[in-house]
Amino acid sequence: MKILVCVKRVIDYNVKVRVKADQSDVDLTNVKMALNPFCEIAVEEAVRLKEQGKADEVVVVSIGPKAVQEQLRTALALGADRAIQIETEAAPEALNTAKLLAKVVEQEQPGLVLMGKQSIDSDNNQTGQMLAALIGAPQATFAYSLELDAEQVVVTREVDGGLKTLALKLPAVVTTDLRLNEPRYVKLPDIMKAKKKPLAVETPDGLGVALKQHQTVLKVEAPGQRQAGIRVDSVDALLDKLKNEAKVI
Amino acid sequence: MSTLIIADHDNQALNPATLSVITAAKALGQSITVLVAGSGCGAVAEAAAQAEGIEKVLLADSPAYDKALAENLAELVISLSSGYSHILTAASTTGKDFMPRVAAQLDVGQISEIIAVESADTFKRPIYAGNAIATVQSLDAIKVITVRGSAFDRSAATGGSAGIESVTATAANDRSAFVKEELVVSERPDLTSAQIVVSGGRGLGSAENFDLLARVADKLGAAIGASRAAVDAGYVSNDLQVGQTGKIVAPDLYIAVGISGAIQHLAGMKESKVIVAINKDEEAPIFQIADYGLVGDLFEILPELESKL
Repeated sequence: MKILVCVKRVIDYNVKVRVKADQSDVDLTNVKMALNPFCEIAVEEAVRLKEQGKADEVVVVSIGPKAVQEQLRTALALGADRAIQIETEAAPEALNTAKLLAKVVEQEQPGLVLMGKQSIDSDNNQTGQMLAALIGAPQATFAYSLELDAEQVVVTREVDGGLKTLALKLPAVVTTDLRLNEPRYVKLPDIMKAKKKPLAVETPDGLGVALKQHQTVLKVEAPGQRQAGIRVDSVDALLDKLKNEAKVI
Repeated sequence: MSTLIIADHDNQALNPATLSVITAAKALGQSITVLVAGSGCGAVAEAAAQAEGIEKVLLADSPAYDKALAENLAELVISLSSGYSHILTAASTTGKDFMPRVAAQLDVGQISEIIAVESADTFKRPIYAGNAIATVQSLDAIKVITVRGSAFDRSAATGGSAGIESVTATAANDRSAFVKEELVVSERPDLTSAQIVVSGGRGLGSAENFDLLARVADKLGAAIGASRAAVDAGYVSNDLQVGQTGKIVAPDLYIAVGISGAIQHLAGMKESKVIVAINKDEEAPIFQIADYGLVGDLFEILPELESKL
């Protein structure tokens, strides 16, 4: 079985984000970029499934300018077999991303599509579900664990009240949550090996997808800042403040 | 034009987050219809009909919607979508699951987790774990939106008298099936709607030590939350995680115990009205946003707190 993993290049999760002075966007100049953490979990899961003999090829795809090849190489170093970059100027909106990925699914015919549940930049949590709808596939979002066999994938999901398990007929789309696995550290020999793995470049035109704008970002501003309050020196002082000043207990 | 809200519920009771969605919908100034899709969920439809400001309740009662499978819910919403300019639901794990399918099938974008309604087509939403707020204008004819419940006050649960209209169920899909669920049963208030939340982090050190926290929470009638570190360490179950990718809460009082304050955690609780931080590390970032900080050993502070409450 072939597994397709869709990944995104985002700001490194340790970087403190700053808004540009003109409020047009956040400032990404000279900021460290990385593979979106949820996407990394998706790659790791696909590679583990291959190591368990449940998949025979792991293909990774990313959309964006040439810089996304860096994250594709990371995914290849984690153990993916080959990569596809769909070249666009910037990362497209979720629905456009889903339409491009739907074309890749049509070409590659994977049994399973794995992707992160959300990217930590736009925090949309949409693309996997949209892709599933466009290709008419069943979906399991927020995967906590999964069991794959030739016909189906059984996925336990993290939901508001606890855990919920679904069985999906393949092909299916699964989006990863935090606890699905802990991605391995990439070793130097794997990075060297990844440089030689195949990486194909496609374009939206080549895939026959017309990108359409659905939203305009009018402004990006810093959130209201909370001021640090006061230190209290004892439990008694704390309870006094909560009762008599804040009046919350 | 009018607004369609898909109610969030468990077939027994309406999730209060839906009342927050109604508040967001009222800001659009259009008539509001609420869809209750579930199985044996008549009581939920009755509750929705009593909510103030609702024009009509649509009831889709079918085994197909029992476990809120995204494929089935999306199909139903699409079948009912004509005539609505706005389709809203709570950004719960159910809403996040099915709503993007609705948007994709309608060939429109989705605006996720809005925290403010600026106009009929313009909304505010947090990005980068709440470290930036984007004002987004939709260019689509139909606006598909999920609403962050904690960002809107709850609309009145009573005072309305909407009619309930049954709608034809769509067919259940044959490609996804419910297997089982393990829902956490708790006597405590629900994390996302509690007025007081007591949260523990890695500083608690073990699952057993969460008992110290639980006793304080019980004295306060509070819900229990946790940082990602505490959940990853296996101290508590995943449904208690507060943060960018867990629950977003905004209670009157949030007490963070042994939580250092990673930005991903702050994203989930910094809209709380009053924040208390208890931590032995006086440099912990949580103190920078806390209204009241108490530096000290939580293993001494928690029992003292419990005895004095």
